[in-house]
Amino acid sequence: MSAIKKMVKLRIWRGDAKDGALQDVEVEANEGEVVLDIIHRVQATQMSDLAVRWNCKAGKCGSCSMEINGKPRLACMTRMNMFEEGETITVTPLRAFPVIRDLVTDVSFNYKKAMEIPAFEGPKDLKPGEYRMQQVDVERSQEFRKCIECFLCQDTCHVIRDHEENKKSFAGPRFFIRIAELDMHPLDTLRNRKQTAQTEHGLGMCNITKCCTEVCPEHIRITDNAIIPMKERVVDVKYDPIRWLGSKISKREGIV
Amino acid sequence: MSGVFSSTRAKISERTLRTDRWWLQPAITVAVLASFIVYATFRAFEAKNYFAEPLISPFYSPCLTARCPEGASLLGHPFGTIAIFGMAISPALLILIFPLGFRMTCYYYRKAYYRSFWQSPPACAVAEPHSTYTGETKAPLILQNGHRWFFFAGLVFNVILSIDAILAFRNAQGQWGHMSVGTLVLLTNATLLWLYSASCHTCRHTIGGRLKHFSKHPLRYKLWTWVSILNHKHANFAWISLFGVALADVYVRFVAAGSITNFYFF
Repeated sequence: MSAIKKMVKLRIWRGDAKDGALQDVEVEANEGEVVLDIIHRVQATQMSDLAVRWNCKAGKCGSCSMEINGKPRLACMTRMNMFEEGETITVTPLRAFPVIRDLVTDVSFNYKKAMEIPAFEGPKDLKPGEYRMQQVDVERSQEFRKCIECFLCQDTCHVIRDHEENKKSFAGPRFFIRIAELDMHPLDTLRNRKQTAQTEHGLGMCNITKCCTEVCPEHIRITDNAIIPMKERVVDVKYDPIRWLGSKISKREGIV
Repeated sequence: MSGVFSSTRAKISERTLRTDRWWLQPAITVAVLASFIVYATFRAFEAKNYFAEPLISPFYSPCLTARCPEGASLLGHPFGTIAIFGMAISPALLILIFPLGFRMTCYYYRKAYYRSFWQSPPACAVAEPHSTYTGETKAPLILQNGHRWFFFAGLVFNVILSIDAILAFRNAQGQWGHMSVGTLVLLTNATLLWLYSASCHTCRHTIGGRLKHFSKHPLRYKLWTWVSILNHKHANFAWISLFGVALADVYVRFVAAGSITNFYFF
């Protein structure tokens, strides 16, 4: 049985940091294909110098992040059959980061932010290999380990997408789940993650409008399971005098 | 130029290239919330038609001033008569700050009104119209961190409104063992408010979310898993309970005004 073929219209942003524009192109599409397949066909047949970052084509490497019809998405996980017949599909680079060329952006902001998060600190009296944890204690952190670092959450977050100046003081949702992962980790002993989440990583800048959760291809409930719990933990140590006092008297678990 | 129009970003003149109706959800939110605010403000100042034995409107419970009619004052009249410029203020104005504060600082409603009223952002990947942004780091928005205090106040109100629903198992003469449409209305309202509170993110945190070791607290972990299930539906409970409060008030108002009769099943 032969695959059904049809022609589709694309508008692809082409350019660099100095200038650029959307260019129209028509290309063949086969049944079952995804947007990344179509971009590769454009590259093979009409725009041999089109720059696009990709790797696994399975939604697990996080490389092919771009904006498709204005929405941050993985091109390899966006099926062509979700578009209307005859619809023009607009493809642009991520609009929160500096563009390098065509669909490729400079996402190094995220790696700098990653380095600012203090790493896991295990108990001093245990050597690697001696760590023992119960599943019930690590399952919250495990949800956040599903992150593939596609940075779609960072791209859609209006705190930095719409305000370049906030990049200095705001880590972004991807790193709030990292902080939450560590703060909820049963064996992490670093005691000031809550305070620094607020004072150094900009948790208070987040106004929980949940766009990060909406675009996450791994369906991590970033806002409900990481950001809001971290905001509540920050309240425990910074804005709740009763709970703070209680923690001084009875060393209540979790409030450090 | 800042944001998506910054010099280093891809040169695209549109604030968004989304092709779906991204404006619809914020528009509906504005319409519904604004309607509720207008109606609630009108009712808070109206100060009549809020009690028809044994039913009391949730906007006026607990009724704490000397203006409250006999039978409506579950907790007496601790505030006596409070007057401004010689006019006695409505009993609703003394208490509405608590449920209002609970909803205003609610993590779900924050999303709803930041997006719809303040357009920060109006929708995902749609550029917001503001030139600066400090989030919830400065006054007045830093006060959003006080959500838990309103949560606890809300629990007190839930208890009072539940008692109101139980008292509605009486007839207009105060005899127990009766049930009317009004009883169902107040029961439904109280149930929805409990679901809204139980699904709250602060509730989830307090009940167990703040713990580092669930294994040391099996009961709290179990409660946390239940609250987490409800928490998935927090937005739904936020809306349904808002309609519940408004409809309960509308029903009591109609009964108190004599527009409809409170039908008794038995």
